[in-house]
Amino acid sequence: MSRTTMDLWVGVFVAMGIAALFFLALKVGSISGSDIQSPYLLSARFDNIGGLKVRAPVKVAGVLVGRVSEIRYDNERFQAEVVFTVDGRYKFPTDTFANILTSGLLGEQYLGLDPGGEEKLLAPGDVIKKTQSAVVLEKLISQFMFSKAAEGEPAPAK
Amino acid sequence: MADVFRKMGSMAINGIWQLGFIARFFWLILVYSGQSFTRIHLTLRELYFSGVMSLLIILVSGLFVGLVLGLQGYETLQRYGASDSLGTLVALSLVRELGPVVAGLLFASRAGSAVTAEIGLMKVTEQLKAMDMMAVSPIARVVAPRFWGGVISMPLLAALFSAMGVFGGWLIGVVVIGVDDGAFWAQMQDAVDFRYDVLNGVIKSCVFGVAVALIAVFEGYDCVPTAEGVSRAITRTVVSSALAILALDFVMTSFMFRG
Repeated sequence: MSRTTMDLWVGVFVAMGIAALFFLALKVGSISGSDIQSPYLLSARFDNIGGLKVRAPVKVAGVLVGRVSEIRYDNERFQAEVVFTVDGRYKFPTDTFANILTSGLLGEQYLGLDPGGEEKLLAPGDVIKKTQSAVVLEKLISQFMFSKAAEGEPAPAK
Repeated sequence: MADVFRKMGSMAINGIWQLGFIARFFWLILVYSGQSFTRIHLTLRELYFSGVMSLLIILVSGLFVGLVLGLQGYETLQRYGASDSLGTLVALSLVRELGPVVAGLLFASRAGSAVTAEIGLMKVTEQLKAMDMMAVSPIARVVAPRFWGGVISMPLLAALFSAMGVFGGWLIGVVVIGVDDGAFWAQMQDAVDFRYDVLNGVIKSCVFGVAVALIAVFEGYDCVPTAEGVSRAITRTVVSSALAILALDFVMTSFMFRG
């Protein structure tokens, strides 16, 4: 084998490898961070965050507008504090409602924002006051069972 | 009884001795790399023998691993009505683990063993000594190009393996079984992050490349210069590369993908 054809094959090999890397980067994966422009931070306090995780999506009307960047426990209020980044293109009124929702029955939990009607807008670093905690399935079931038991109580008394 | 302890002790001392030798050897390779890069065609030649010649086995096994992942993943996912996530399953398992690890194992047995055999045979026929006599450093002339050829080709081969595996999963999932094409790619792109998943996989394959190439050249250089010694060195290359890949994979996974 002469050297020139060998060089050609090495070139083909390296080009194929780099093409495969690009395929993995662009087609298989998505480059994170590029879709959020000039982000700013907001936070919200919850009684219970359920299974919310760092990097979970923040959605408004189902559209991705940011990601959860930090979750910590506030030992003075006994609440969880969720800090999240939001795309700078989007502004929300001060009475925006923050919920922890689940995508699908078994899906991941995400932070859903419901904009209110206030004219003043949330500034970077603000805390959202109106929040609703994650639905904990055990609590839901126990509530259901207690209410069922309460319904059934008058019957034996008769 | 005392004999057993004596044996264990000598094994431990030998192991540490070898570890020190391999570290010094690695340092020498790095020192002589500059000298060997001035004659780049040597490295290109090794890139051809370890990279291009491994291409076929890597591509074919990547395709088959992807096909199997597609079949088995679909089998389990469809029980939970989540067959749309097939793309996620195939891509994540390939990019994070199977791509670097299986490509590394194949590379060790395909290219690593060949490198060990070549260097070992050079030692048996005293070509390395002859080079030394002519003031040509065998590390710069023989070892460093083979080392760098392995280090460069390993990440490329792992990327090709993963890409081929994703294609195989797509072939089974979308073309044969009939999972929705859009859902397959969209769910995959949603779940696979470039920095977190793809880049960590590439880092893994680079580390495996260094480990396999170092073990292969070291075992060849260190072998007992007889026919039996060379064959033992080749066996040791394959066995220790496989162990090193799996152990390093565990270590890297535990600090890359926590939580």
